[in-house]
Amino acid sequence: MRRFSYLLRLAGKSAWNRRGTLGIIVFSIALSTTLLLGIEKLRTQIRESFVQSVSGTDLIVGARGGSMQLMLYAVFHLGGATNNMGWDSARKIAEKDEVAWTIPISLGDSHKGYPVVATTGAFFEHYRFRSDKRLELAEGKWIETLFDVVIGAETARKLGYSPRQKIALSHGGSGARLVEHTDKPFTVSGILASTGTPVDRSLYIGLAAMEAIHVDWRGGAPIPGLRITAEQVTRFNLEPRTITAMLVGLKKRSHVFAFQREVNEWKSEPLMGVMPGVVMDQMWSMVNTGEQALLLISALVTATGLAGLAAAILAGLGERRRELAILRSAGARPLDILILTACEGGLIVISGVICGLSALFVLVAAISPILADNYGIFVYLSPPAAGEWALLGCICLAGLAASLFPALRAYRMSLSDGLTVSI
Amino acid sequence: MGCSGGETGENPAAFAVFLKNVVFKWPGQQRPTLDIPIFSVSPGEHVFISGPSGSGKSTLLGLVAGIFSPASGTVFVNGVCLNELGSAKRDMFRGDCIGFIFQQFNLIPYLSILENVLLPCRFSPLRLERARALSGSAAAEARMLLERLDLSPSLWGRPVNRLSVGQQQRVAAARALVGRPSILIADEPTSSLDADRRKVFLRLLLGECRSTQAALLFVSHDQSLAEDFSVVAHLPELNRAGGEEAS
Ligand SMILES: Nc1ncnc2c1ncn2[C@@H]1O[C@H](COP(=O)(O)OP(=O)(O)OP(=O)(O)O)[C@@H](O)[C@H]1O
Ligand SMILES: [Mg+2]
Repeated sequence: MRRFSYLLRLAGKSAWNRRGTLGIIVFSIALSTTLLLGIEKLRTQIRESFVQSVSGTDLIVGARGGSMQLMLYAVFHLGGATNNMGWDSARKIAEKDEVAWTIPISLGDSHKGYPVVATTGAFFEHYRFRSDKRLELAEGKWIETLFDVVIGAETARKLGYSPRQKIALSHGGSGARLVEHTDKPFTVSGILASTGTPVDRSLYIGLAAMEAIHVDWRGGAPIPGLRITAEQVTRFNLEPRTITAMLVGLKKRSHVFAFQREVNEWKSEPLMGVMPGVVMDQMWSMVNTGEQALLLISALVTATGLAGLAAAILAGLGERRRELAILRSAGARPLDILILTACEGGLIVISGVICGLSALFVLVAAISPILADNYGIFVYLSPPAAGEWALLGCICLAGLAASLFPALRAYRMSLSDGLTVSI
Repeated sequence: MGCSGGETGENPAAFAVFLKNVVFKWPGQQRPTLDIPIFSVSPGEHVFISGPSGSGKSTLLGLVAGIFSPASGTVFVNGVCLNELGSAKRDMFRGDCIGFIFQQFNLIPYLSILENVLLPCRFSPLRLERARALSGSAAAEARMLLERLDLSPSLWGRPVNRLSVGQQQRVAAARALVGRPSILIADEPTSSLDADRRKVFLRLLLGECRSTQAALLFVSHDQSLAEDFSVVAHLPELNRAGGEEAS
């Protein structure tokens, strides 16, 4: 043991003595580690972030169309709905026996690039994320009056809003020339606690409020000459005629297939129900090929790095023959030489992996806000997960295997060279 | 392979080095490089070994050190038959009993002077123990040896590759001596030194060997150094194989 720790120290000093060459190898191993783990992390966390955003929802119901599209706009507020579903259908579905709860959702407006979601109190009550966490307020109150808005944690943080702030919503999702609903300002009533889901980046208003800001609109534009003030609007019927989609929770999960069939065969209008898990599986199988290709490429990069490692140690052996002969003369066994050389490889791999992990942490910290802002994908710093540990283990093992090759060479060399090295 | 002392009645245990009927052949070579009927070195004896280049001097030292094994014959060091030891045991035995000085590039570049001297103590617990017993600690013993070999403490902090060749050889001598091995093997340690330095180095080395009572096997082409040795051996005269040159 004492001898091993001495050999380890010796290997460290020897490697440090040749840090110029070996530094490049450490760099390339660090790069491979960052790449391999980064892709793995991104892959798993993107999935996690998607899956966690819809826990508890059994079925997403909307107008018939692409199931993936429905999922993307209903849950992640990405893209837009081409068709709406009728409010009467939504109410009929909600009254069905097997239905435990429904969350109607109306999209279309935005505020400074953040989507505005019109919904009911059911959303705050029944929406679940990360298996069974429910929404909580960090500050303020839930929606109480017509023009109240509850905003997500990130929306509040990015825009610097606090309760009682007055804001104006814009018509439409994005684009340069958005018309603002300045005549009917909203008041921030509460700010949600952070969830790590698209909820953080949204604003929530009541369905009635969505109707209210559009009473004097037709076909996506204000009706010329008609102005209905915020006070007058309460006299109108603010029940929606259509909504974008509806999240449905069933009393019994096992009813989901029958219920889905019922929705898909809806008489009064063409509807569609999709199971979040099934759609996500479809999405994954689409991106799977790409992911595999990426993983393969980064595995090849890693292999290149490790081949470089073996080459560098091997090339170093030539100039180190002398050194190894001296060690032998001092009583080192050929086995010690093997251990010494393998330790050197191990040290290089481990420092490469540590550098790579640190780089990954810095990288994740740097890009996670960008991902969250632009794609609603939440990637966070976390200790390596099981899959990542496995990859790390693979890199280290492969590194050890790669350095065993020059180590065996050194072993044989020190056996045949003896003590006199003729160069 | 047997380990008997031989019919002639010599007792191998009485010698520091004792070779009998040793035949050594390099792999791939037709004729043996060495075929030595008998060669012995008494404890504390200083032997000067000469011979033309390629005659097998370094090979002989490798046999004594247990780096190579003879095809036949027996090699005793300190009364221990090397033929009987496994290779790991031989390595350990070498670390315990033998100090080495090579022709040049004796030092490990990334270790300090002191660490270079202490190297044998890292691999041989026996030499570590002996150094401690003699000077209190291995480092103290190393410092003492360095000073006795005329290396002033002001040099100790230097990287080893900033030392002159003569200074490097003296550090190597200190390393060979640390922990008092009973045999010193020096393979042309002076050939990269000028004539004056050679004399000075040899005087220091012999003085230290005398005070530690170590046997010295000293290989050199420089016959002028032979006068300081008690025994002078010419390898071609010991060697029936006659080496490369003879063929
Ligand atoms: N590693 C080796 N493999 C094969 N043959 C070798 C090896 N080392 C030495 N020899 C051969 O053994 C013979 C003796 O070599 P050795 O190095 O012992 O000579 P030497 O007397 O030390 O010479 P020099 O004075 O030049 O150092 C030479 O003929 C050489 O070719
Ligand atoms: Mg030689």
